[in-house]
Amino acid sequence: MVTDNKPSLVTLTVDGVEHQVPAGANLVDALGKIGKEVPHYCYHPKLPVAGNCRMCLVELGSPLRDRATNEVILENGKPKIGWQPKPAIACATNVTPGLHVRLNSPTVKACREGVTEMLLLNHPLDCPICDQAGECKLQEFSAEYGRGYSRYVDEKNAKPKHTRLGPRVTLDDERCILCSRCVRFSSEIAKDPVLGFVNRGSFNTLTCFPGRELANNYSLNTVDICPVGALTSTDFRFKMRVWFLKQTPSIDTESSAGANTTVWSREGKIYRITPRQNDAVNDTWMADSGRELYKIVEAPNRVTTATVKQSQVTLDVALEAAKQALQGGKVAIVGSGHQSVEEQWLLARIAQATAATTYVPAHLGKADGLLISEDRTPNFRGALVTQLTTRPADANLNALKADIDAGKVQTLLICREDLADFGLTPSTLAKVRTIVLATHHNTTTAAAEIVIPALTVFERSGTFINCQFRLQSFAQAVPGPTGVVPDTLSLGRLANVEVANLWQAIATSTPTMAGLNGRLLPAEGVQLDSTPWASFSFPESKLLKFAPVARN
Amino acid sequence: MLSADNPTMAIKIVERRPLSLAERTYLPQILAGLKVTWDNMVRPPVTLQYPDERPTIPQNYRGVPTLVRDPNGREKCVSCQLCEFVCPPKAIRITPGSITENAENAHVEKAPQEFEINMLRCIYCGLCQEVCPEEAIWLQTQYSMTGTSRDQMVNNKARLYELGGTLPDSHHKWDKKKAEAEKQADGHH
Repeated sequence: MVTDNKPSLVTLTVDGVEHQVPAGANLVDALGKIGKEVPHYCYHPKLPVAGNCRMCLVELGSPLRDRATNEVILENGKPKIGWQPKPAIACATNVTPGLHVRLNSPTVKACREGVTEMLLLNHPLDCPICDQAGECKLQEFSAEYGRGYSRYVDEKNAKPKHTRLGPRVTLDDERCILCSRCVRFSSEIAKDPVLGFVNRGSFNTLTCFPGRELANNYSLNTVDICPVGALTSTDFRFKMRVWFLKQTPSIDTESSAGANTTVWSREGKIYRITPRQNDAVNDTWMADSGRELYKIVEAPNRVTTATVKQSQVTLDVALEAAKQALQGGKVAIVGSGHQSVEEQWLLARIAQATAATTYVPAHLGKADGLLISEDRTPNFRGALVTQLTTRPADANLNALKADIDAGKVQTLLICREDLADFGLTPSTLAKVRTIVLATHHNTTTAAAEIVIPALTVFERSGTFINCQFRLQSFAQAVPGPTGVVPDTLSLGRLANVEVANLWQAIATSTPTMAGLNGRLLPAEGVQLDSTPWASFSFPESKLLKFAPVARN
Repeated sequence: MLSADNPTMAIKIVERRPLSLAERTYLPQILAGLKVTWDNMVRPPVTLQYPDERPTIPQNYRGVPTLVRDPNGREKCVSCQLCEFVCPPKAIRITPGSITENAENAHVEKAPQEFEINMLRCIYCGLCQEVCPEEAIWLQTQYSMTGTSRDQMVNNKARLYELGGTLPDSHHKWDKKKAEAEKQADGHH
């Protein structure tokens, strides 16, 4: 936590070696940046400092000065260091000029070994059945600083096990090391203070306040930050060991906040979604609701084959039929904020070629002020940047309905939207030739003439532009259903665009994204220039890292 | 290069000794051979009439891997998946699961839902037995594993317990844990 805004560097001497670190930086973070790990449990860079685990004890010192002259006292030509008589916790220390730290002295080692032995006194050591095994700080530091056997002769404390803290969190109190990260998160970040400690000494126990439960939409973040296996996700509990899981960077699609996520999968099956740190977007948090989205991959109503007039055909036949239909003129296109930037750009090319009217329906909900915004699509900004639309998202499709009723539309291309939500019933859709790209069967696919199967966000790669106009990429985590190709290929066929060099074409035709390649974005994304839309009316209100542009 | 016209090569010419009279009659060799034949004729037979007769397998033999129960009938495996992780030919496939809350061993919390060992892949290395923290998987004395289809060569959980049976438990760690918890529940706290 940098308390000083000036990026001035100061000299920090670690075990006799000088390093340049930002002045005022937290010592744990500063040492972490220069590759020196200070073991810690309770410290979390995004939470207030509690300093209760005592694992990060280090020895601190500074050059001694003569009291009379204020001159630095030299010893063998070097400044003499006055070491503090007792070790201090690094997490509650900010870097000051001339600070000296010892990380490997016998005292520091003894401190870490002592803390580890104390934490393991009542720990059940049930790693074989603990979900945290493999990503457990206590397991890692016990291997480094533990003695390998217990000198404790008394019985271990029995504490409540398998406790339901809320609808999504299960607590095992025996594993808890009382670091209070979850308590601090609930009160400081989620603003839902329901967790606390009861009883004293070794009976100290984490619990929910009477009559309350940990039910807020950010409760699973406590599971992420728990350094041990005390708080576990009820959904992921006993599903798979973490060391089997492959991590893929992705983006939360539930709203335009665009929280960065990691998708954990094994052999084509997704097991969990956790937040990925991005200090410009979501810090290290994400909403619980976004973690369940992986279930859409295995939903029973997935569209897995292309159909023309309800009969199964190969994808080539369906795409050829769609191409023919689009050449008939009088085309309308319904794009989506659920499409990636690449798909929206291709759809905009199709709209250009067929002189089609385009619509992007709005999906609005209530914001929570943190990581869920009013706009419940991840990429409406993409539709603006790629010029798929120039208006705010359409709250209704009455204009399209009127056009269809008046016979002004003959062919309707719908991407990733169910028009039944916007009042376009199958009887209306029956009046035109409909082409639908969809991941799941719904009223619209049932009424469509041509259905082209599409992939979910976990099965394809691409980019989204979140409400901050930050271009962020997501990668393919699992393979899609057999024979289903990415939307970019399907739309590329319809648009007659070679998709191999798609980003070259996007970058040259879109001024906002000039010179960018969506396949080679940095992990934290790229901030785009939002000034062309400065006077635009967006539905989003204040979020964790987003403030709407003040308008007169 | 080795060639006839390159006499500098290190070739040692061995002089062939002429055969002695006894050797020329072949009699010593015939008699020695007959002795071997005679010895085997009078020695008790060592061939087993497999499969009617079976060999005695030593207890430390690394046979087919099996799952075992403890003397109380509790399944020892807690599906930690370490054997699946360590298995060099990836023969083991575990679907972890929870134990229902009203079961007798509910305090163990975790048990395999399904446990498959593909014996077409297994190399009988015994790493699974070595790595198991619960002493639940054992390579016992069964050495013959046959089947008429690939499916038959995959041992599922039921078959693994049938093959494994019960082995004595010297730790009783889960029983001790349960006893301690019960003692403290009605005790000091």
